[in-house]
Amino acid sequence: MSGVPLLPERRRWLQAAGAAGLLGLAGCASTPNTAMPALRRAQVLVVGGGWGGATAARHLKLLSDGQAQVTLVEPDAALVSCPQSNLVLAGHRTLADLTLGYEGLERLGVRRVRDRVAALDLARREAVLASGGRLRWDRLILSPGVELMRERVDGLSAAHAAGRVLQAWKAGPETLALRAQLEALPDGGVFVLTIPLAPFRCPPGPYERACLVADYFKRVKPRSKVLVFDANPEPVSKAALFKRVWATQYAGIVEYRPSFNAVAVSADGREVEFELGERERGDVLNVLPDMRAGDIAARSGLARANGRWCEVDFLDFSAEDAPGAGVHVLGDAVLAAPLMPKSAHMANAHAKVAAAAVVASLSGWEPNPAPVLTNTCYSWVDGAHAIHVASVHGYSAAQRTYLVLPGASGVSTGVSEREASYAMGWLKGMRQDAGEG
Amino acid sequence: MGGAAPVLAQTGPSDGEALLRQRALAASCAACHGTEGRAPAGSAMPSLAGRPAPWIVEQMSAFQSGAREATVMHQIARGYSPAQIEQLAAYFAALKP
Repeated sequence: MSGVPLLPERRRWLQAAGAAGLLGLAGCASTPNTAMPALRRAQVLVVGGGWGGATAARHLKLLSDGQAQVTLVEPDAALVSCPQSNLVLAGHRTLADLTLGYEGLERLGVRRVRDRVAALDLARREAVLASGGRLRWDRLILSPGVELMRERVDGLSAAHAAGRVLQAWKAGPETLALRAQLEALPDGGVFVLTIPLAPFRCPPGPYERACLVADYFKRVKPRSKVLVFDANPEPVSKAALFKRVWATQYAGIVEYRPSFNAVAVSADGREVEFELGERERGDVLNVLPDMRAGDIAARSGLARANGRWCEVDFLDFSAEDAPGAGVHVLGDAVLAAPLMPKSAHMANAHAKVAAAAVVASLSGWEPNPAPVLTNTCYSWVDGAHAIHVASVHGYSAAQRTYLVLPGASGVSTGVSEREASYAMGWLKGMRQDAGEG
Repeated sequence: MGGAAPVLAQTGPSDGEALLRQRALAASCAACHGTEGRAPAGSAMPSLAGRPAPWIVEQMSAFQSGAREATVMHQIARGYSPAQIEQLAAYFAALKP
């Protein structure tokens, strides 16, 4: 596709460089690159230290052989993985198991600024920090994640603020708070999970959560129930696999009801109301509202697609709503291409294509005309078994988007322990690839 | 795809540019197989760094055809063209394990 053959001299050079443990553009003495000083001078600012931002920072360093000056702005002290955080709800993992620091990135020379970006001055190419400082960029990689639109469900903001109805859709303290609610739930109690219309962060996540809460109930509170109300007509990911698991492993525990869109929660946080007026009571409600791109994207005028998502040029992830400002947006905040999930792995893939495009641009080169994105999402159905969905997305120049390549997608044939071991390997790889070490 | 080589030799990207693209392509394997093809300790996924190029090409081809049984890789492998697989194989083979 990209059709770049390895020339014999580079093959030799690669071997030599590989043997020396020093594979680098700078070592490529046969092709002096006059654009390199621009790459060394440029300030590359990464805003948001989730999977997308951390992976971008790591690969800006890797793909520039350490030459790019990279600053990462993130208010949190560490990255807490959303993937596998449903295992915390079931008691199979702690948050500490899923937490990675930014020290690895700092060792690679990434400057870390622990602050929040309050505004983006697109004209001056400056990020205004909550603390008042400003950071200039030549290239900005914005990985803002998602915001939960609690305002779209009547009473949800108040119920959330009071700690009664949680989402726990960003791993962290709220994950532990929801775990505590499940622990306090009596045997025979009801857990009600509502799912918004797609697209939302982590398409299989709610269905995995239904499985893992059921796994906890089955072991500890066998008379309890998991009621799933889905605004979609069918699970939006791995539908057949999840339905089979609910019908077999969790028969009598999980009830799945499609096409129920939650519109309100009661003041006591015990009752949810749906679009057509039906009501359901539960001991613990977990109401997931619609989602949109993170606030900083919206406030900067970058999230104009349906008023929710950031439109990008998929060749280099440059923001369509900030032409000429050197802004790239990636991760869940992006208006997705067909069948492109809002997943950690996809954010990792975006990050590497964007990082390569930034390094190319600062080197005076064109972006790769044929970038490739891969995705594998593992879902756990209990503490020891997992399933997956995988896909490879190739850039279509004709349609200016990514399309799933023919034959290059699929799901598990069934639930397996083997896939659980791969899911653990995947998280290790993701952590390393985000610069942990 | 090999037939495109003479054209690219005249009008294609510089060596540094081509290497960047090759590295970025190889980075698409990294979330599972580790950054620069070095899987983290204890991972169930194999490292790719330092594997002989013909072995990588052979495995990808076996995943594509279904000759090698897999959970995920038969789906992923079908997303890569023969030319891309050759680039991946050459890249990982040249890395220290």
